[in-house]
Amino acid sequence: MWRFHRLFEKHTMILLIGILVVVSIGGLVQITPLFFIESTIERVEGVRPYTPLELAGRQIYIREGCYTCHSQMVRPLRDEVERYGHYSLAAESMYDHPFQWGSKRTGPDLARVGGRYSDEWHRDHLIDPRALVPESVMPPYAFLAGRELDVNDAERHLRANRVVGVPYTDAQVENAAADMRAQVDPMSSFDFERRYPGALVRDFDGDPTRLTEMDAIIAYLQKLGTDVDFSNYEAEAPENLR
Amino acid sequence: MESRARAGEAMIRTETITGRAAPWEAALIAAILIAGGFLTVFGAAFATDPMFKVQMYMAMAGFVLGLGGLTFWLGQDRAEQATRYHDNVVKAGVIASMFWGIAGLLVGVVIALQLSFPNLFYFPDLGWTNFGRLRPLHTSAVIFAFGGNVLIATSFYVVQRTSRARLAGGLWPWFVFWGYQAFIVMAGTGYLMGVTQGREYAEPPWYADLWLTLVWVVYLLVFLATLWKREEKHIYVANWFYLAFIVTIAMLHIVNNLAMPISFADWFSYSAFAGVQDALTQWWYGHNAVGFFLTAGFLGIMYYFIPKQANRPVYSYRLSIIHFWALIFLYIWAGPHHLHYTALPQWAQTLGATFSVMLWMPSWGGMINGLMTLSGAWDKLRTDPVLRMMVVSVAFYGMSTFEGPMMSVRTVNALSHYTDWTIGHVHSGALGWVGFVSFGALYCLTPWLWKRERLHSNALVEWHFWIATIGIVLYITAMWVAGIMQGLMWRAYDQLGFLQYSFVETVEAMHPYYIIRALGGLLYLAGALLMAYNLWRTARGDAPARAPVPHAVPAE
Repeated sequence: MWRFHRLFEKHTMILLIGILVVVSIGGLVQITPLFFIESTIERVEGVRPYTPLELAGRQIYIREGCYTCHSQMVRPLRDEVERYGHYSLAAESMYDHPFQWGSKRTGPDLARVGGRYSDEWHRDHLIDPRALVPESVMPPYAFLAGRELDVNDAERHLRANRVVGVPYTDAQVENAAADMRAQVDPMSSFDFERRYPGALVRDFDGDPTRLTEMDAIIAYLQKLGTDVDFSNYEAEAPENLR
Repeated sequence: MESRARAGEAMIRTETITGRAAPWEAALIAAILIAGGFLTVFGAAFATDPMFKVQMYMAMAGFVLGLGGLTFWLGQDRAEQATRYHDNVVKAGVIASMFWGIAGLLVGVVIALQLSFPNLFYFPDLGWTNFGRLRPLHTSAVIFAFGGNVLIATSFYVVQRTSRARLAGGLWPWFVFWGYQAFIVMAGTGYLMGVTQGREYAEPPWYADLWLTLVWVVYLLVFLATLWKREEKHIYVANWFYLAFIVTIAMLHIVNNLAMPISFADWFSYSAFAGVQDALTQWWYGHNAVGFFLTAGFLGIMYYFIPKQANRPVYSYRLSIIHFWALIFLYIWAGPHHLHYTALPQWAQTLGATFSVMLWMPSWGGMINGLMTLSGAWDKLRTDPVLRMMVVSVAFYGMSTFEGPMMSVRTVNALSHYTDWTIGHVHSGALGWVGFVSFGALYCLTPWLWKRERLHSNALVEWHFWIATIGIVLYITAMWVAGIMQGLMWRAYDQLGFLQYSFVETVEAMHPYYIIRALGGLLYLAGALLMAYNLWRTARGDAPARAPVPHAVPAE
C-alpha cells in the first residue's frame, strides 16, 4: 500500500492533481447547496435593497473597518435576543455584498441598531464616543461630519449591485444621485418615497445645508435590522421552519 | 546511494542547469511591466476617486522601478548569476521577512494600546490611524507580508536543496519576490486610506487581487518547474506541503475575491456573493488561510528545518503521508465553525464542527512527527536555542490545534464566539507556532546563506526565546481570562431574570487584560528586534561575541 504512494512522490503533476481533487471536495459539498436550498434563498416580506444614501453609508462602514469590532448577526440565544432583538434571518443580509456579519464584538452587535438611538445620539457618539460613554474604546469619527458626500458615484454603485444580483429598477438606477439628496430633504418630492417605500427621509447629521458622510453613515445605521416587521413575523410558520 | 552517485555528475552539469535569463524571458517581464504601467496611466487619468488615483500613481512608480531594476539586472555580470543554487532571492526574502515582521508586530502593539488607552492613542484629526484602518494593516502585515515572505523564501531554499536543482526560471523568482512586495505595499497603503473590501483577511481591493493572482501563478510555475528538473527521484515531504499551500491558496484567493468593481477607475467593488453564500465563501477562504497559509506552508518549514537543525531524519515517513492527505482533505471543510448559530443552515455548521474535531488527529500527527524527529537528540534542546525555538513552536501548534477543535464545538462556541478568546487562540497559533517556527528558520538560514560559521550570538537567541515566550504567555492567558469573562458576563442574569450587565460594563472589565495583552505584544516585539540585530551582525560576518562553549561529541 505504501508503494502506491510513490506514484505521488515521483510525479509532480500527479501530486498536483491529487492535491487539487482532495482540497476541492469540502468546498463543493458545503457551498454549492447554499445557492439552491430554500432556507438560504427564501425571501422575507419587508427586506428591500439599500437606498443610495444607505449604500453610501455602508461603504463608509466598510471603509472605516467597523466590521473589525462590530458584528451584525444576532444568534438565537436567550441573552442575545434579549439584548439585541430578534435573531437575524438569512434574508436580512441577502443584499449585502459583501456580508458584514463580523467575527468580534469589541463593541456591541449592530444588526438591529436601527431606531434604537436618535440621530443626535449617533452624531455625538461618532464625533466623540467617550463624551457619551466614558468607558468606550471606540475611535472618534468627527471627520465624517466635515466631509461632503460624493453623489456622482451613486449610479455606478447601483449598477454594480445590479450586476451581482440586487434587483434595482431602471428608475432607481437613473435617479440614484437625486435620490441621495432627496433622502435628507423632507421637502423633496414624493418620487423618492415611491421608489423606496418605508425608507427614512430626514436630515440625519443636523446640518440641513450640507450632505455629508455623517448623513450617510447615520442613515445606514438607522436602517439596520428594521426591514422585517417582527410583530407579524411567525418563526413557527411553515414557510419559516427550516 | 544511486542518487548520491549522480550528485557529482550534476555538479559537472552545473553550467547547463543554471538559470540564465533567456532574452524572451526578460522581454516578457518587460512586456508585463510596460502593460501594467500603461494600465496605471489610464487608471490615474480616468480615476473617479482620489484614493484610486493615488494608488494608480503608486503602482505606476512600482512598474517604472521594476523596469529600472530589470535594466540593471540585464547589465550585470552574468557569471555571478551562475551559482549552483539561486540564493540571492532567498537572502532578499530573509531581509523582507524580518522587515515586515517588525512592522506588523509594531502595528499590533499600537492597536493593542488603542484598546487599552483610547484617550492617548486615538487622534480625532488623523482618521487613518483609527483601529478599523490599522487592524487590517496588522493582520495583513503579519500574515501575508511576514508569513508570506517567510514561506516564499523558505520554499525557494528548500525546493532547491531537496531537489538538488537550481531554482527554475532565471529572472522569474525575482518577479515573484518583487511582485509580492508590490502587492503588500499596495494593500497596506490602501488600508490606511480606507481602501478595503471589508472581508476579513481578504481586504485588498480588486486590482491588487488581480496582480497577486498573476504573481501567484508565476510562483506556482517556478516551484513546479524546479520540481520537474530535480535530481532526486522522490519529492521530499516538505515540498508536498509547500505545493498544497501554493495551489490551494490560489483556488481560495480567486473564488473568494470574485467581485464587481463599480468602475475600472475606482477602487470600490461589490462581492459577487451576498449574505449567507458570501459568509460561507469568506470563511471557507478565511479558515483555510489558516489551514493552508499558516499551517500547511509552515509544516513544510518544520519538515525541512527541524530535521536539518537536529541532524536527525524525520520520525515517520508513513505518518507524514497519512497526516498530509488527511490534513489537506479535512481542513477545507472546517470553515463553517466560524458561523455557529448564525443564519447559515445548521447542517453546514454541524459538518464544519465535525470536520474540525476530526482535524485534531492529523494536526497532532504533524506535531508528533515534528517532536519525535528529536529522538536521540533531545539534549540539543539544552544547547541549541534555535532548535528549542522550533520545537516549542511545534508544541504551540499542538496546543492551538487542540484548542481550535474544542472551540468549534457548538456549545463551547456559543460562549467563545465574538469574544477575545478567539483573539487569544489565534495568537497562540500565530505567535507561538507561526512566529517561532519562522524565527527558527530565519536563524538557520542567515548563517547558511551568508556563509557564516554560526550566528553572531547564541546568547541573544536565548534572550529572544525567553522574552518572546513570556510575551506569548502574558498575551494568551490575558485573552483567555478576558474572553471567557466577557462571554459569561454577556449571558449573566440577575435574580429577577434580567440581563445582569450592560454591554459597556463588559468593555470596562476588559481594561486590565487589554493592558496585559499590550505588554505581552511589546515583549514579543522586543524579542524580534533583538533577532533583527543578531541577524544583521551575523550577515555582516561579525565574529561571535564570545567563544562558543565546546560541545561534547556523542559517542557513536
